[in-house]
Amino acid sequence: MFALDVQHLTKIYRGGFHALKGIDLQVAEGDFFALLGPNGAGKSTFIGIISSLVNKTTGQVSVFGHDLDHDPEGVKSCIGLVPQEFNFNLFLPVIEVVLNQAGYYGLPRHEARIRAERYLRQLDLWDRRDTEMRRLSGGMKRRLMIARALVHEPRLLILDEPTAGVDIEIRRSMWSFLRELNQQGTTIILTTHYLEEAESLCRNIAIIDDGRIAERTSVAALLQRLHTETFVLNLKGRVSELPQLGGFVLQALDDCTLEVEMNREHTINGLFEALSRNGIEVISLRNKQNRLERLFLELVDRQNAEAGV
Amino acid sequence: MNQRLETWRRYRVTFQTILKKEILRFLRIWVQTILPSVITTSLYFVIFGRLIGERIGMMDGFAYLDFIVPGLVLMGVITNAYSNVVSSFYSSKFSRYIEELLVSPAPNWVILAGYVGGGVARGLVVGGAVMLIAVFFTDIRIHDPLTMLLIGVLTATLFSLGGFINAIYANSFDDISIVPTFVLTPLTYLGGVFYSIELLPEFWQTVSLANPVLYMVNAFRHGLLGVSDIPLSVAFGMILLFILMLTVYSLYLLRRGVGIKT
Ligand SMILES: Nc1ncnc2c1ncn2[C@@H]1O[C@H](COP(=O)(O)OP(=O)(O)OP(=O)(O)O)[C@@H](O)[C@H]1O
Ligand SMILES: [Mg+2]
Repeated sequence: MFALDVQHLTKIYRGGFHALKGIDLQVAEGDFFALLGPNGAGKSTFIGIISSLVNKTTGQVSVFGHDLDHDPEGVKSCIGLVPQEFNFNLFLPVIEVVLNQAGYYGLPRHEARIRAERYLRQLDLWDRRDTEMRRLSGGMKRRLMIARALVHEPRLLILDEPTAGVDIEIRRSMWSFLRELNQQGTTIILTTHYLEEAESLCRNIAIIDDGRIAERTSVAALLQRLHTETFVLNLKGRVSELPQLGGFVLQALDDCTLEVEMNREHTINGLFEALSRNGIEVISLRNKQNRLERLFLELVDRQNAEAGV
Repeated sequence: MNQRLETWRRYRVTFQTILKKEILRFLRIWVQTILPSVITTSLYFVIFGRLIGERIGMMDGFAYLDFIVPGLVLMGVITNAYSNVVSSFYSSKFSRYIEELLVSPAPNWVILAGYVGGGVARGLVVGGAVMLIAVFFTDIRIHDPLTMLLIGVLTATLFSLGGFINAIYANSFDDISIVPTFVLTPLTYLGGVFYSIELLPEFWQTVSLANPVLYMVNAFRHGLLGVSDIPLSVAFGMILLFILMLTVYSLYLLRRGVGIKT
């Protein structure tokens, strides 16, 4: 059984805009899945339909075997949603937001209290439980959305850009939290514009572009497809003339910075040997760009080229 | 069977959660929600009842002050039930926390019942407060408490439903004050709160019969004083019919997701 099974899903907004143009997507139970795509691609629309915030135009959605048309309550019971935009009553205290959500899902009060405490503690908000929502910082609100989405212990957690505007430290702790949750069996789907996030967290990936699935694969397989890798080297001393090195394409960014594009058959050891032979010493190096980011741009570009954009 | 029971237990918890949230909301901001009606009706009692009322004399066989008590109580019930639901539900749309309910497995009728319950609660709290003030200003004795309470609850239910539908269609905070100002207030003032329709020329009596508020005010007056321009059964029938229609329409709007889903 799939955690999520979507067939031929389309969405036409009032006014006639085609936001989704026939999406087919399956996500296996237990997966950690990334949904990527440029702004306006249709990610939030897709998530909105699955979580009953947006009406679909045509197509089928089923979540752990519950069909959205015939058993919406079954679908909703399985899903926890962390939406892209804040949707809080700003005049309520933190704890009440979580308790109310638990109540909407039908959790008895004593159970709701236990879970509210558990998830507020895990997301480092327990000390803030009596604070009014409007006094929370943006990062705290993001974490509260996660606590709220977990209170009924959903089998499928969907997060729409959960780490937008979250500082580095908290982002890392969110990552480890989500990883642990996934290891305990919760299926997770997330969207993000930080491809490093997708690369480090997710096993499988789909890229949505212009309302269509442009790519559906595993992160590992995707990275395999990168034929070249580009490094930026900081050099000790200046190089006036670039040597010719077989298998490496060199380009000087300035007098002491070098960009090297290398084929996957070559190794960094080989690069350093060749540079040493030419009397060039390297102080430090970094990846030019997140690897996935490059692939992503390539894929989206290719799509646009095919569509004649 | 067990599954059924479990589902109903879940619905009950959901309903209680919404109702409690709604009641806490208006109690928390009681200065805006309870107090204004209490002050205005006290003023009505002082001005129309004491000062002017003494000169008006009897109406339907009652001192004028006593005669307007039922209408004033019901006016408090109507405006408060309506405005509670319209402002609470519209706020939840505006700040998007209605999504908390939409993603949950709460069925539409439970959501509706919860919000209407909140409106009824506020209507009854204000109605009760006005009643207490009336006891202070007058020495009326309640003729038929059961009828009075029933009419109070049904009227509050009806106008809570009205507020709900208004909130669904509203796209701005202006939209939630249009109906109360231009529809609700004229209907209540012309609904026999301050006078018996027997005072009107025959033509306007007939026109007044098209005003649903008239039936409620008169039924309520029957409960409180024992007099009415309208037969009680007709009043009950009308109110129940309106409640049924607005309920069906609200559920239809929720099902379609009008105003809350894209
Ligand atoms: N309520 C709406 N009415 C009309 N068009 C809409 C509506 N909501 C979204 N759209 C359009 O649908 C398209 C997809 O929007 P969506 O929010 O799903 O994109 P997204 O992939 O989540 O983008 P982002 O990365 O910016 O969050 C956009 O072109 C957007 O303008
Ligand atoms: Mg989005």
